[in-house]
Amino acid sequence: MSGSDAILELRGVGVAYGGVAAVRDLSLEVRRGEIVGLIGPNGAGKSTTLHAIMGLVPPRDGEILLGGRSIRGRNPESVAQSGVALVPEGRRIFAELSVEENLRLGLAGRRGAAGAEEDVNRVYDLFPVVKEFRRRHAGALSGGQQQQLAIARALVAAPDVLLLDEPSLGLSPTVVDIVFRALASIRERGVTVLLVEQRAQRTVALADRTYVLANGELRMILTPADAADTQKMVAAYLS
Amino acid sequence: MTASLPPAVLSIDWQVLVDAVGLGAVYALMAVGIGLVFGVLRLVNFAYGQLIMAGAYALAFASQWDWPLWAGVALCFAVVIALSLAMDRVVFRPLRTQSPAVMLVATFSVAFLLQSVALLAFGPLGKAASSLGYLNRPVTIGGVDIRKITLVAIVIAVVCLVALVLLLERTTVGLHMRAAAMDFRTSRLLGVRADRVIGSAVLVSALLAAAVAVILTVQNPLVTPDFALRDTIVVLAGVVVGGMNRLLSATLGGFAIGFVSGLLGGALPTDQSQYLPSFLFGLVILVLLVRPGGLFSRGHGPMERV
Repeated sequence: MSGSDAILELRGVGVAYGGVAAVRDLSLEVRRGEIVGLIGPNGAGKSTTLHAIMGLVPPRDGEILLGGRSIRGRNPESVAQSGVALVPEGRRIFAELSVEENLRLGLAGRRGAAGAEEDVNRVYDLFPVVKEFRRRHAGALSGGQQQQLAIARALVAAPDVLLLDEPSLGLSPTVVDIVFRALASIRERGVTVLLVEQRAQRTVALADRTYVLANGELRMILTPADAADTQKMVAAYLS
Repeated sequence: MTASLPPAVLSIDWQVLVDAVGLGAVYALMAVGIGLVFGVLRLVNFAYGQLIMAGAYALAFASQWDWPLWAGVALCFAVVIALSLAMDRVVFRPLRTQSPAVMLVATFSVAFLLQSVALLAFGPLGKAASSLGYLNRPVTIGGVDIRKITLVAIVIAVVCLVALVLLLERTTVGLHMRAAAMDFRTSRLLGVRADRVIGSAVLVSALLAAAVAVILTVQNPLVTPDFALRDTIVVLAGVVVGGMNRLLSATLGGFAIGFVSGLLGGALPTDQSQYLPSFLFGLVILVLLVRPGGLFSRGHGPMERV
């Protein structure tokens, strides 16, 4: 892997809550146009890694680079406006606002107003249900529809990198299919994705490369071919 | 309370009703000012009354220096906005992530500091802000004498509230303020600038405080260091009674407590007006016991968000 074409790069990142280390010496890179997976058991440090990238928690050590420039220590809105969008765990949509207003909020992360309408239309093509229900209160949508809205809201910011924190959590298998199909479509449109997931096999199969975290440390890196290797998948979690 | 209440208790006439609506309107404006800042900072600004006091002193000095009316009002707005932004920058924003108790004590401290500074600088006797005194003259509408300032207060409140609704519902910064009041962290993750949202809320809140200062100095031209202190305490009670976690319920709470206060004030005979606070705050306790989540809020939980 060459660092030169990495759009997002973590170098030796460590994060601690109080005195307890949640992530230790983590290095990973995401290159333009890739889907990169980040899997591991609960408490492995996956969400903490995303929070550190977004500036929600300050890294104790290491460096976080976006397009080769450090974004470490920046506040969340500054990271968002630099081209990183997060689809947070639990979706965090604004239930009392309309679907359209939720999308308009996503525009806050754009680096310029030009092309906003085209991007909104593109996400409407990708998620027709978001367009159909755009006048409704977001709280009236089902869990799966809300997840699509959360991804759509992140995409209208036209990010360089899209971070997703467990987008399939709590969804029915049919809706999970929709979400994973949408991720494949997003890749085809050239959006770079860092995907944190509990559904290990599907993530490994979809991603160009999947990092496995355990106890805050990088345990191994898997490729799509490993998705069918049950022994390796079990080892990723249990070794 | 006397054994038998005089019949005057029930003598609520149109004049009292209009005055009560006028007081409700002023308190609604204060409630919005307090509620807006609470929405984005989760901070109950006890020092809101001292912003109004500062604006009132500005009007009093402008009056003393024989400044034209517009210049006095402009000075009032400038002083209130500057003080509000300074308060935010120096005290509130640095403490934004602290516990509610820390922030409440901070606002108490700011309030009493400003009051003490006013006492030291301007003395206890007060200064007269008389430029707008003519608004105390009555007009007769349908046989009812109504002070002009009451009508002006109602019109200002309606205009301000409509403008605020348009700002919140129709503009991007308004959408960002609403979102930040619902979930500040997620808003920031989407790129909503915390500084801009907080700054906007503080600015709008200051504009409302300045408008209230103008209205209150007409109703009570003697400006003392404790000017608007009692009103702020009553409005804070109203905001909690109405429901803190929604701007609409907080505003209705402010209006309601002003309206009830005006009715009680008008209904009680002058020699028994000392009973007003007891009645009012007794009522506040009663409402809180029955609906602790807020009289006008949805649901009952005190922690329910916007």
